[in-house]
Amino acid sequence: MTDPVRGFVGTDLACRRSERMVFARLDFHVPHGGALLLTGPNGSGKSSLLRLMAGLIKPFAGRLEWDGAPVRDDPAAHRERIAYLGHQEALKPVLTAVENVRAWVGLVGRADRAEAALAAMGLGALIDLPARFLSAGQRRRVALARVVASGASLWLLDEPTVGLDTASIAALEQALAVHRAAGGIVIAATHMAIDLPGARPLDLAQFAVTGFAEQFEAA
Amino acid sequence: MNPVLQIFWQNLRLQLKQSSDLVAPIAFFGIATMLAPLGIGPEPNLLSRLAPGMIWIAALLSTQLALDRLFQRDYEDGSLDLLALAPVPLELAMLAKTAAHWVATGVPVLIAAPLLGLMLGLDGGSYGALELSLLLGTPILSLIGAFGAAVTLGARRGGALLAVLVLPLYVPVLIFATSAVGAAGEGLSPWPHLLLLGSMLAAVVALAPFAAAAALRNALE
Repeated sequence: MTDPVRGFVGTDLACRRSERMVFARLDFHVPHGGALLLTGPNGSGKSSLLRLMAGLIKPFAGRLEWDGAPVRDDPAAHRERIAYLGHQEALKPVLTAVENVRAWVGLVGRADRAEAALAAMGLGALIDLPARFLSAGQRRRVALARVVASGASLWLLDEPTVGLDTASIAALEQALAVHRAAGGIVIAATHMAIDLPGARPLDLAQFAVTGFAEQFEAA
Repeated sequence: MNPVLQIFWQNLRLQLKQSSDLVAPIAFFGIATMLAPLGIGPEPNLLSRLAPGMIWIAALLSTQLALDRLFQRDYEDGSLDLLALAPVPLELAMLAKTAAHWVATGVPVLIAAPLLGLMLGLDGGSYGALELSLLLGTPILSLIGAFGAAVTLGARRGGALLAVLVLPLYVPVLIFATSAVGAAGEGLSPWPHLLLLGSMLAAVVALAPFAAAAALRNALE
């Protein structure tokens, strides 16, 4: 008997959005403590792949495995190991920064970590400010603080650096390094240079499907 | 604290903080009921006979008004993605959100209804039945509406679509609720009607969260 592959593995993944195949025959493997950097032109399916990894989209084909166990068999366990950062920050304008973070990490019993995470993202002075007064970059940092405080082992980050200044990007890189040193996995889609030592690149353009019709004929 | 309860409290707090969400439906409920005597005329017997129906139709439309935004903001700001990834079954999260919505919009209707009944000259023996019918009926409206709001999520002009989809489903509630109040006004027992309302509530509590969660998952795809 062979050992199951450790880490997060996707095999032969395909994603279809309405009538269009976004990508197909995509494989990836990220070991614990590893990182995967998704690149590719707009519309190549970086966001779709992240949502697919999170379980928000069902793959058209292929399978995802965590430490050798199919994710599909236990979606609840998969949800618990995910921290997902999408395009939107999911902030409620009437709540303060720290309340916004607590609202989500409180669901996994980690409300006490909200303030430290905000401080790590350089927002220590703004934790009691309602989110409607925050700038775009500050909103992004609050959302990142939610990911940092979540304690989840798999971070799925969609354009985490949008709107961040240099100091904030450094703080993010620091947080990512700490997370990976503790055995966590980072999967990020980004257009900007971000320092992720040893990250495996994954260029989505390689898996583009030229036409929907050809794909069907091939199958 | 249990995560489902946390979702309930958070949503309730948000509803209370966004006070316009709270005031608009109840103001609509009051004004719609007050318009009726202006249109129909101030004849006391007629008004008192029409009162149960008018109060209930206004309650129904005001619930409808508030439902439009039950998931819309969460959908637009990305919160629904996080809710779908939360360590809580989405069905229970839906139930918690709908319960919070009902406390913020249904309970004010319960409080205002007797005052409007007084204004319309509702028969003295009907108030108990009116309150009980609202207590059992408005949660049904919220639950069916949550399902409708989830189905129409992401659709353009979702509000109008939601009304077309959901208002026909409200018909049984309207019939049995107004029958209960009418029966009490005529000195008959309102209980057969109220028990039917109760059974409808039991069925909807069990089914609507599943339908709403399925529709939401579809909307997030």
